Amino acid sequence: MIDREQVRKVAHLARLDITAEEEEQFTTQLNSILDYFEQLSELDTDNVQPTTRAIETSNITRPDRLEPFPNKKDLIQSAPEPDGEYFRVPKIMASDES
Amino acid sequence: MSSVKSQTIKGLHQQLVSKKRSAVEITQETLERITTLEPKVKAFLTVTAENALAKAQQVDQKIAAGEEIGILEGIPIGIKDNMCTQGIKTTCGSQILANFVPPYESTVTQKLQAAGAVAVGKTNLDEFAMGSSTENSSYQLTANPWELTRVPGGSSGGSAAAVAASECVVSLGSDTGGSIRQPASFCGVVGLKPTYGLVSRFGLVAFASSLDQIGPFARNVEDAAIFLSAIAGYDERDSTSLKVEIPDYTQYLQPELKKGLKVGVIKETFGDGLDSVVAERVQSAIAKLEELGAEVKEISCPRFRYGVPAYYIIAPSEASANLARYDAVKYGIREDAENLVEMYTKTRATGFGDEVKRRIMIGTYTLSAGYYDAYYLKAQKVRTLIKQDFEQAFADVDVLVSPTCPSTAFKAGEKTDDPLAMYISDLMTIPVNLAGLPGMSIPCGFDEAGLPIGLQLIGNVLREDILFHVAHAYEQATEWHKQSPSL
Repeated sequence: MIDREQVRKVAHLARLDITAEEEEQFTTQLNSILDYFEQLSELDTDNVQPTTRAIETSNITRPDRLEPFPNKKDLIQSAPEPDGEYFRVPKIMASDES
Repeated sequence: MSSVKSQTIKGLHQQLVSKKRSAVEITQETLERITTLEPKVKAFLTVTAENALAKAQQVDQKIAAGEEIGILEGIPIGIKDNMCTQGIKTTCGSQILANFVPPYESTVTQKLQAAGAVAVGKTNLDEFAMGSSTENSSYQLTANPWELTRVPGGSSGGSAAAVAASECVVSLGSDTGGSIRQPASFCGVVGLKPTYGLVSRFGLVAFASSLDQIGPFARNVEDAAIFLSAIAGYDERDSTSLKVEIPDYTQYLQPELKKGLKVGVIKETFGDGLDSVVAERVQSAIAKLEELGAEVKEISCPRFRYGVPAYYIIAPSEASANLARYDAVKYGIREDAENLVEMYTKTRATGFGDEVKRRIMIGTYTLSAGYYDAYYLKAQKVRTLIKQDFEQAFADVDVLVSPTCPSTAFKAGEKTDDPLAMYISDLMTIPVNLAGLPGMSIPCGFDEAGLPIGLQLIGNVLREDILFHVAHAYEQATEWHKQSPSL
């Protein structure tokens, strides 16, 4: 079971601003979905290895060559607030924060 | 009847080579058809008429110069709007990417450009490919061309509808839990999800990285085979890309079914919740395969039904991590805010729709401290069990069959209030993604209302050859694929 308090916490972790209405809706819906997941407990998985990817391809490497992106200007210009070669963002910390 | 309707790749290629029609003419006719039909079907989010005509002109110049042209040159195609196209808006059906114009090209679309295909537009989808009806698009509702009040399926609903309505010849979709096969079934076209890693995911906007795979929609099996041959192949920019030789898949299309071919019918897919008319048509299709010489036997995949709950843990978990990148810093929309965290939370609240938020919430919860073992790890173990069921099955048979979906296309709005009901419509397709196997949906009949029904063929790892072989033999022996919606 997940309650509204937890839903609020999860929304914060996910960096989602949710309304009181959404909070209530998600609490109901997440509970029925989590409840649906319960059927997995019917399966004994004690000695089962997890599958992390469908087709095993591990330790894929390639030479670490530096390749400058040819279209750097467009890349930076796609940002909401580009500034030269930088991305501008609002204040990270409030100045009066203790 | 418009001349672009029911055209095949080979048919159009022949017309181009014999100079009966030019690539520009074919493109213009396609664009006209799009203009006429889009008010009803709404399959496209962006139509790239100018680019398409310029591309077609290049093809015509080659023909005029007496150069040989490739099989896809001048062929009108559609691209799901979650594949990056340089200089062309790529929205993923989401408001958060409303203004996103990719500065680079995805590998698949790059390959198709190089092959001379004419991209006519970007097709509608459920936001970030999360959904089964394309109703989660934040831009428009796509209609099922067979019955406009019905959904086309999803998430690649636009790509399926566009092909069914002959607004393009073939199209690209992506399939994480059934997003190619289910809409193919609902729209009466061929849809293939290849083996995980066969087609590069570079430039495909990530949803659930361990499951996502790109594949073709087509009106017949041969077109799908030609299209897959063009897009498959190793790509060093996708670390899960498989290093395998890509055959010309059309070589597996033969008039007769291989002798001794063993077909396994997955018993568990004929249980509760399956529409009786779907069961009936799929059974007739199986009888047809037997008539064509296949040896048919029943196969049990006892853990098959746990696919849906396992998937709805794994996919949202991966999605919650993948979608963390939408932080309003480097691209996409931004909501003004006093500080950084507020900028994130406000932008994501405005930019994401309900279903995307719901999945981010589920995924964040199932990956959070204290719950990882109970959910994500458990689901990955169940994934192993489902894989084992398939491995066992393929020790016995060459190909597995099932219905693609438990029902035909449902009405728009019918399942939007009940996320679980929507999830369960992917019951038959999800286990295939969990195991990384190739799966195809081909038309196998219609219900009483004239809505298409799909037969799902499942192959072992990298056995697309068998899927094409069986699908083609079935198609040649039936007339379903010759029918098209009256629009």
